[in-house]
Amino acid sequence: MLHSGKRSAKVRIHLHSRESSRGEGTISGAAHSKFPTANSPAEGIHFPDIQFPEIQDYALIGDCRAAALVSRYGSIEWLCWPRFEKSSIFAAILDRKLGGHWTISPASYQHTKRSYIPSTNVLQTRFIGPEGTVLLTDLMPMSSTAFSKSRVLPDHEIIRRVECTDGQAEVKFDFAPRANYGRNAVVIGNKGRLGLRMECGHGVYWLRSPIPLAISDGSAQASFAMRKGDSINFSFSYSEEAPAVLPVLNDAIVARIQETVTWWQKWVELAEYKGEFRDQVIRSALTLKLMNHLPSGAIIAAPTTSLPEKIGAELNWDYRYCWLRDASLTTRALLELGYWREAGDFLDWMLHATRLTQPKLRIVYTVFGEKAPKEELLEALTGYKNSRPVRIGNAARNQLQLDVYGEVIDAAAQYAFHGGTLDREMQKALRGFANYVVKHWEEPDEGIWEPRSGRENHTHSRLLCWVALDRMIALCEKGSLKKAPLDTYKKQAELIRNQIRDRAWNPDLQSYVSVLGGNTVDASLLLLSWYGFEKADSPRMRGTYKMLRERLGENGQLIKRNEDSSGEGAFAICSFWEAEFLSLGGGILEDAKQLLRQLLKFSNDLGLYSEEIDPKTGAALGNFPQAFTHIGLIGAALSIAQCEEGEQQLAHRPEQATKQGATQEVSA
Amino acid sequence: MNWLSWLFSGFLATLALSTLLSGSQGLGFTRMNLPYLIGTIVTPNREKARFYGFFIHMLNGWAFSILYVLIFQSWHFVNWWSGVLLGFAHALFVLTVGMSLMPGLHPRMASEQHGPNAARQLEPPGFMALNYGIQTPLSVFLAHGVFGAIIGIFYHLK
Repeated sequence: MLHSGKRSAKVRIHLHSRESSRGEGTISGAAHSKFPTANSPAEGIHFPDIQFPEIQDYALIGDCRAAALVSRYGSIEWLCWPRFEKSSIFAAILDRKLGGHWTISPASYQHTKRSYIPSTNVLQTRFIGPEGTVLLTDLMPMSSTAFSKSRVLPDHEIIRRVECTDGQAEVKFDFAPRANYGRNAVVIGNKGRLGLRMECGHGVYWLRSPIPLAISDGSAQASFAMRKGDSINFSFSYSEEAPAVLPVLNDAIVARIQETVTWWQKWVELAEYKGEFRDQVIRSALTLKLMNHLPSGAIIAAPTTSLPEKIGAELNWDYRYCWLRDASLTTRALLELGYWREAGDFLDWMLHATRLTQPKLRIVYTVFGEKAPKEELLEALTGYKNSRPVRIGNAARNQLQLDVYGEVIDAAAQYAFHGGTLDREMQKALRGFANYVVKHWEEPDEGIWEPRSGRENHTHSRLLCWVALDRMIALCEKGSLKKAPLDTYKKQAELIRNQIRDRAWNPDLQSYVSVLGGNTVDASLLLLSWYGFEKADSPRMRGTYKMLRERLGENGQLIKRNEDSSGEGAFAICSFWEAEFLSLGGGILEDAKQLLRQLLKFSNDLGLYSEEIDPKTGAALGNFPQAFTHIGLIGAALSIAQCEEGEQQLAHRPEQATKQGATQEVSA
Repeated sequence: MNWLSWLFSGFLATLALSTLLSGSQGLGFTRMNLPYLIGTIVTPNREKARFYGFFIHMLNGWAFSILYVLIFQSWHFVNWWSGVLLGFAHALFVLTVGMSLMPGLHPRMASEQHGPNAARQLEPPGFMALNYGIQTPLSVFLAHGVFGAIIGIFYHLK
């Protein structure tokens, strides 16, 4: 519950320079005990003193345009405005000195507890100390159309509200913006009652504070005493259009926090999943929504760059773009959760943002359908825990992945099978993709795992080429698609099917294999059942599953993505694929549920997952949080629920669509 | 006064002025969005403000061009460079007097003295509108210079 706090103006303020003394208290490490805290600040108090938090010690806030990572120590350490892939203003997650951060935390506290306000992306961190408790609320505001039409609001904003809920506390404020991944200095201008103003590039940042701040060396600091009942609000905003909006910090900000809470809770009410794993599914949906770029409908892979897949190694990539590879699984998750609007917008984005390259598809796009930027190394940054290099842009933009055609067509087919309509332009685009597959399906490609070692004939890519033509046939037969060369699609689909069954099956191993004629396996083979190519309870899939467990299994619960991934963590979605595979008939339902319950323990205390999980320690690895992992969780929970309720699973055919969509509205 | 010639040259000049200022914003020379700035006088709704502001600015520019025409009539000559000079004088007035009056005139603009409040939350332009970007004065001078030049070229004395 939010209170306006009548005593908000009565905090005692002490300004101090960067050199001034810091608190003497200690903290006892992370409250969440599942993960190691070896590198957590055992004695640290404030930002400059602490080492890199663990990846799972971060939380995500956002406004469906941009996102920020907040550590459990009250520090915003990653923020790019105005969009996910733009340059950073805080990047301490990649370099403690150069990156920039904004920390608010008590001078002395013993531990922290954090949670999102239920059914929202409004983060609350509770600092519990010997003399009192401080509650820090962090959010990027959202508002309904009616709310935003009746008042002027900043383009992009973070609100931070500090409340003393028990006893008393000395709170430290340290604001250190560093533009363009720490490459550009930021000049902080004190504009008196208007706030602190920072002009960078084409935009202007404003920090609004009700207390005076001491400015030195490109940072602003203060410390203030709070007693029970005190509260204080801060606003940090960005605008590329003038005049910018300078929000007031009184009760109006409490109303905006409440509006944001309401917006998210209304959005959550649309979710139709009611199964055993509802809390985790809802958190995954909320996280996925934060990665959904509202103006375009695109969904990015993750809001961060270069969080390492292996600590200290070079496996650091920029994931702030949209991979078409995720399309089918994403659409299924959205549709079957009941988020028709998001599914429709995502499909629109895929078919319209890719128009310039059709019928060819790139594998990765920006949220506005541009080619992802060229990969660049940021040599000056240390990287997370000295994991160099830090990369921006992604070299995968030039790769060939033939699976993306099947992904996009399957996403459109699911949408149509659930009752959506494909207009003439969409049909034309789909025919273009399918005709491209007819001409090129026999070519080698880089495949789903994007190795930089060259092209091969990947089974997963062949599978998705088959999916592309199979779904086109189904769409034609349903009447959702016209003017398609049905006979050609049928003939080619049969050829691909035979090739997979003949050359992707290794009789010696009694398993499907990753590459035609090969003898290694990878987790994407589980998707042979997901896409309806081979039933999960068939002897071939049982043999394949046995081989996957044998070669890729980690500690009985996790599986690696492939046999080459030594040294990196277990690719988290693969384990969710395994749980889903079991529920589809590859095992028994109780095994699927038990595995999912085990996998849920690998989330952080807020229910967030990164790209990978360290099988030895359970720590998060790779970019965080990762949309693909959360999509995997939702998919597994949906398939388990469908299995429990005796519903048809996976809507790859018209007759299997479990829900016919009635358009739902949520104002944004 | 040649009314028809004023209507035509004034409209053309205002169109060019709006295009140049919008172009300057798009190219990153200034953040100032004039239609938004003007439109928020009548509505807080961002989209409507841009729409209303555009029309108000067009009408305003058109009406303002009558002053140029009257000055040309009083001088008994008109040419492009005299239009440019008038445009620069106009820009100087807008940037110094107009912008300094803005926080008092605009019902949603905060003042540097009192800061924002519930009703007034828009960033004030500051001296020479420098708060809206360091190259804003340059954009305003350029746009108004072209505004004056077009009237100077297309207005025919009576």
